[in-house]
Amino acid sequence: MLSDTERDELEEALKHYPDKRAGTIDALLLLQRRRGWISDDSLVDIAQFLDMTCEDVDSVATFYNLVFRRPVGRHVLFMCDSISCWIMGCERVRERLHDHYGVDVGQTTSDGRLTMLPIACLGHCERAPAIMIDGDVYGNVTPDKVEEIVEKYR
Amino acid sequence: MERPLTQHIARDGRYRSLSEYGKTGGYRSLKRLADGLSPQNVQRLVTEAGLRGRGGAGFPTGNKWSFVPMGSDAPRPKYLVANADEMEPGTFKDRVLMEGNPHGLVEGMILAGYAVQAEVGFIFLRGEYHLSAQYLTNAISEAYQAGHLGRTLPGTDFRFDLHLHASAGRYICGEETALLNALEGKRAIPRAKPPYPQTSGLWGQPTVVQNVETLSNLPHIITHDSTWYRSLSRSKDGGTKLYGMSGRVAHPGCWELPLGTTARELLENHAGGMSDDFGFRGLLPGGASTAFLVEEHLDLPMDFSSIPPQVGRLGTGTMIVLDDRTCPVGFVLNLEKFFARESCGWCTPCREGLPWVARILQLFEEGRATNDDLTLLEMHAKFLSPGHTFCALAPGAVEPLKSALKYFRDDFVRHIRLGHCPWNVQSKRHRILV
Amino acid sequence: MATIVVDNRSYSVDERTNLLAACLGAGLNLPYFCWHPAMGSVGACRQCAVKQFKDEHDQRGRLVMACMTPASDGARISIDDPEAKAFRASVVEWLMVNHPHDCPVCDEGGECHLQDVTVMTGHAYRRYRFPKRTYHNQYLGPFIKHEMNRCIQCYRCVRFYRDYAGGRDLNVFGSHDAVYFGREQDGTLENEFSGNLVEVCPTGVFTDKTLFHHYTRKWDLQSAQSICPHCSLGCNTTLGERYGIVRRVVNRYNHQVNGYFLCDRGRFGYDYVNDDGRMRRALLRPKHDRVSQAKPEGVSEVLASAADRLRRARGIVGIGSPRASLEANVALRSLVGPDRFFLGIGERDHRLFSTILTILRTGPVPSASLREAEDSDAVLVLGEDLLNSAPRLALALLQSVRQQPMKRADELKIPRWDDAAVRNVVQGRRGPLFLAGYRRTWFHDYATENYFAAPDDIARLGFSVAQSIGTDSPSVPNLSKDVRDRAHRIAEALIRAERPLIVAGTVSGSQATIEAAANVAWALHLAGKHPRLSFVLPDCNSLGLAQLGGGILEDAFQSVRHRKADGVIVLENDLYRHADSAKADAFFDAAQTVIVIDSFDHRTTARADILLPAATFPESDGTLVNHEGRAQRFYQVFVPEGDITESWRWLRDLARMTSDPAEKLSGAAAWQTFDDAVSGTAEAVPEFAKIRAVAPPAGLRLIGQKIPRQPERYSGRTAMISHLTVHEPRPPHDPDTALAFSMEGHRGRMPSPLIPQFWAPGWNSNQALNKYQDEIGGPLREEMPGVRLIEPVATKAPLWFTRIPLPFRPAYRRWLLLPLTALFGSEELSNRSPAIAERISEPFISLHPSDATRLRLEEGTAIELALQGTTCRLAVRLESSTPPGTAGLSLMHEMGFAQLPTWVDLTESIKAERRVA
Ligand SMILES: Cc1cc2nc3c(=O)[nH]c(=O)nc-3n(C[C@H](O)[C@H](O)[C@H](O)COP(=O)(O)O)c2cc1C
Ligand code: SF4
Ligand code: FES
Repeated sequence: MLSDTERDELEEALKHYPDKRAGTIDALLLLQRRRGWISDDSLVDIAQFLDMTCEDVDSVATFYNLVFRRPVGRHVLFMCDSISCWIMGCERVRERLHDHYGVDVGQTTSDGRLTMLPIACLGHCERAPAIMIDGDVYGNVTPDKVEEIVEKYR
Repeated sequence: MERPLTQHIARDGRYRSLSEYGKTGGYRSLKRLADGLSPQNVQRLVTEAGLRGRGGAGFPTGNKWSFVPMGSDAPRPKYLVANADEMEPGTFKDRVLMEGNPHGLVEGMILAGYAVQAEVGFIFLRGEYHLSAQYLTNAISEAYQAGHLGRTLPGTDFRFDLHLHASAGRYICGEETALLNALEGKRAIPRAKPPYPQTSGLWGQPTVVQNVETLSNLPHIITHDSTWYRSLSRSKDGGTKLYGMSGRVAHPGCWELPLGTTARELLENHAGGMSDDFGFRGLLPGGASTAFLVEEHLDLPMDFSSIPPQVGRLGTGTMIVLDDRTCPVGFVLNLEKFFARESCGWCTPCREGLPWVARILQLFEEGRATNDDLTLLEMHAKFLSPGHTFCALAPGAVEPLKSALKYFRDDFVRHIRLGHCPWNVQSKRHRILV
Repeated sequence: MATIVVDNRSYSVDERTNLLAACLGAGLNLPYFCWHPAMGSVGACRQCAVKQFKDEHDQRGRLVMACMTPASDGARISIDDPEAKAFRASVVEWLMVNHPHDCPVCDEGGECHLQDVTVMTGHAYRRYRFPKRTYHNQYLGPFIKHEMNRCIQCYRCVRFYRDYAGGRDLNVFGSHDAVYFGREQDGTLENEFSGNLVEVCPTGVFTDKTLFHHYTRKWDLQSAQSICPHCSLGCNTTLGERYGIVRRVVNRYNHQVNGYFLCDRGRFGYDYVNDDGRMRRALLRPKHDRVSQAKPEGVSEVLASAADRLRRARGIVGIGSPRASLEANVALRSLVGPDRFFLGIGERDHRLFSTILTILRTGPVPSASLREAEDSDAVLVLGEDLLNSAPRLALALLQSVRQQPMKRADELKIPRWDDAAVRNVVQGRRGPLFLAGYRRTWFHDYATENYFAAPDDIARLGFSVAQSIGTDSPSVPNLSKDVRDRAHRIAEALIRAERPLIVAGTVSGSQATIEAAANVAWALHLAGKHPRLSFVLPDCNSLGLAQLGGGILEDAFQSVRHRKADGVIVLENDLYRHADSAKADAFFDAAQTVIVIDSFDHRTTARADILLPAATFPESDGTLVNHEGRAQRFYQVFVPEGDITESWRWLRDLARMTSDPAEKLSGAAAWQTFDDAVSGTAEAVPEFAKIRAVAPPAGLRLIGQKIPRQPERYSGRTAMISHLTVHEPRPPHDPDTALAFSMEGHRGRMPSPLIPQFWAPGWNSNQALNKYQDEIGGPLREEMPGVRLIEPVATKAPLWFTRIPLPFRPAYRRWLLLPLTALFGSEELSNRSPAIAERISEPFISLHPSDATRLRLEEGTAIELALQGTTCRLAVRLESSTPPGTAGLSLMHEMGFAQLPTWVDLTESIKAERRVA
């Protein structure tokens, strides 16, 4: 069930579009922001709100990178693995994270604190390698600095 | 040297408010509309200015607008979309503009909207650009308050509404027709052209899609004029360009320079040359989907007309440098993994071909490739080229591959001969895509 | 017309099509996957690449997708160009990268379009040396099997299911090289047309689960062309048999009728033929003992006994059937004489059928073929629940709503075949479709306006639409403003249209709605429009039976009651479905001799003294007249075991044995072959004169040969009965048609009703159909799409129907019980097919929530309803579309026999059993 706030926010987002379906992506991102990820129940909520079927919504949801159809940790760390960051050594940052937290990209720490996901070029190539945690971008990340950064997110 | 796009941008990451923007001449172009500059004249000025699209394809902007049905019997509404999906690896110029001067984009959109008489605009922003999202939201709401949006502009009967749409992330969303599907809340599968968006775009209505940088140029063209704008450039196309450089250079960054600046100037004067201990081997001039340029091309003016088509194209102008301590095969492998992952999955050659290419390159890196694999790479380079696939993603994806096979063929062969990657420190970095 | 040059040869093609369709129409081999003739082009698979040249001087050319390129005049292309060929081979190579090499165990093997294309492009060696991706398969219900690993991502399934058929529970998920086609979760595919996925999928992802249960490859099937007997639309089908078991039904293209698609009842309803409960022996019951088991005797004894009893009868009545062929009905009529031939239908149906016939025969407006329905640009449906009673028509109307919006695409010069582009322009816009009925389905989501009301009110709406069209059609008294405004809007939309269509039918039992539909059509006609009418009837030969003419069931009952007759012959009919049980019981009690000819047991066979096992549709030849008045031929697929014989032959034998030995045989008694039966039928009533032209006579030989029902690769012919004899059996002789039960004979061009299966060299899949058309999506070569028996003749103004019902008023304690048909459950034959049976839902009664409150019933309450001497258990459903004062009764199981509509006091006849939470 959608909460009243969620419903209000969704209504607001829909105002821009001539047709309800156009709000699918907004709805997914919005609910994900509030609920962490898009569970099957959230899918049903969105489908009902937009007069769509779960198939319709999931077809869109599974297409995009930033919609999580599985639970994620409290914090999501996006590792840029595109070319500039690769040249500048993002693999070593990844290895360090793996050694330290025991997770590789696509995995969540056992304490549910951190999920590490790959991401295409974050658009901070002049400060490569770059990572993004919960929307905050860090550039010129080195294996030595990365732990310190991650430690800010408990 | 004038730098209309960047001379006033906030360099410290602050939000540049409407009042600050106004102090440096912001929204002055709207006065010219009030003074009676007709939509046709805006179109004419932009055509004369020689503005070409900054999204990578370099299509003349005025020309693009001329396909939009105008007049009282044109379909309503018409739409204008700012393509702010910037996801091309190595590209970060639109972010610099949106974070540094969001009102510049808003003003540019009002002008473009006016020129084609589109009453609704969307900024299609990639979901990861949180700061841009915040600043654009501020800017839009300030512009509404100031009456630039949502109200009839003084002296005209034109009213423009502007909304921000955050994407859920996929490189293909930057392709303008896939972007339209994404905006409609659908899977971002490209659409066949024709029909072009200018006649049938968002929800079947006439739509113009323009890159952020392209749009950000408009206030300056209108406020000054086309001759001035042309004079900024060193080439036959008008204006300045945001160039960028990343990789093993001394000072990676993004600079606004006259269109037609050479790659050598960029590398040596602006990026400070290669980093210590690194030698230059080549560069991709405008994001991952452009062909390598090598030493012999460094003195070519970096614009839309000086790079011979058989050599390559400018793309986004944000360059990625390949140094001599990085394996060119690994470099291309990284790119192809990106493209394989970001294929939308619609057409066969791209969906099935790119993962195959990536796997073959992986074999090279693992030292398990044979001469047959070289043939297969060549087959893909040929059959994923323009016209073979549904959209330009796959042709873009094989640009670096094709040029790497041309310039760095020896390196590919060495992998086969040695049975391992000559830079083998990097060889275990790649894992097979699953 | 445009002239295009392909590999230096000129072809004249339709310039409105694309190069792929043009090449295929010209008979050239060009592979493709994502394109579909009915669904257009999307350019996804890239398989149809050709080289296009600017002019004859252009040597380089450029690669284009034939399906995405208009066949414009002067276009020059090459299919054989080495680069184009190499690219096409690559496309298959890419598709095969992940395709399992499971052809030997794949249900699609041997008729797989992917196999055909792989061979056609010459891809033979595997160069990909990495693991294949694998998927999880889903349970999709009793009809469809899912094997995702075989998927080649052509996107046809979702395009058909969603865009074309309005389905919502199948979609594509994921992206890049991990896209998945299926449901959100395991579960039965809901859409009424899901079976077409089997044919739409170019490989073995979606296959026929009913075929799987008795699997046989296409080349081991003995096939013949048939007509779907499961509703009145007469879709064309092909049935395949082996070892006496019908293995499956596939669509048979008929440009005028069903085109490329069937509904699920038509595709999966065939299994009744294989039912263990089939009657296979001629049976005799001890005299007047209709309780004990009937015993098999030799056919000649049974016939002799039957003839003997008929000769001694005081008089014989013959009861025909709306689900038997014209020939069988005519044979019966010939045996008993026209005066004693009774249509096996009740008074209500007779009245409705006759009204429809009168409208079509005497009015100025022609009936619409399914194709014409699809092309209509404004539609009004009065009282009919098409999705359940005439599903293929609903599918046609789903396309019709696009007609008007597609004009925008025309203005933008987007060709109609450019599917994705057209859909982007059309978006959610829909042309006028007005539905008036008393039950909501998903089809109503596509309507411009829906009106839920009792049949009388629906008729009144229709009459007032006719009035609003602005002619002198009778006016409707006491109209509410709502209905008047509604009628006005509908009238406006119909007038603005170029090809309006009015649909009505018999399901609601309302003559008034049928008459109202006629008035609307006539008003449009007088307003200078070119409307069409479409009437939905209950059974596959309802209209043909009505054309034949005869008394009604009650008349037959009466003549036995009045002792004018005491012998009864019932032809393929369960009278309990058409009459009150008590009356039917009394009838059988009074009759001295009851002879029933049918294929399986039901309440009527239980009352027979003599049972003659009738051939089912795939076991016989015959002619049916569909809802439109189109006569079509179905052909025998195989020779059944046991005593089973075509009904007309049983009747012919009885006629012979009962005729005066001194006189020359006449009528049915003189029939030898099926052609004689056709001639006899053609002479029965003037309207049937044209049925000789429905299909070529049995004597037809093509290059001196008959047409084989078995494909060239039919295997095991000599081994099939080796457990009985080692001698090669002589194939059964077919005296009735130009077809042979054999693998030898003519293979090549032939008139369309004689095509037993579509196949062409290199084209083993159903896509071989392209090779039978000159224009893709157009008529078959030498098409004989059936013969329309009724065309408008009237030149002067028609007579208006003037009996306008009063507005429906709910009664105090009584409810008008209205029939609700169900796609699965209401039709007699298909219900006996296990896969269909699995889909039959629990019988229910639907009530408006306010009525339910009044009756203290809730959603899900289980009740017992006593009606017309039967009591049945029903679940209560609350539906706001059920008009207050009425109740909907699902026509399933025993309730299929109820005579509706009727008024019932629900407070008395309902016994609520338990409440369901
Ligand atoms: C795969 C692909 C990705 C693209 N991504 C972007 C992008 O992120 N931003 C952009 O402005 N243009 C992108 N483009 C180019 C757009 O399709 C389009 O040409 C551009 O937005 C037009 O704007 P312009 O004329 O102002 O350059 C992309 C094209 C392709 C084929
Ligand atoms: S080339 Fe084809 S699969 Fe690749 S992104 Fe474009 S349309 Fe999608
Ligand atoms: S390549 Fe990583 S931020 Fe650009």
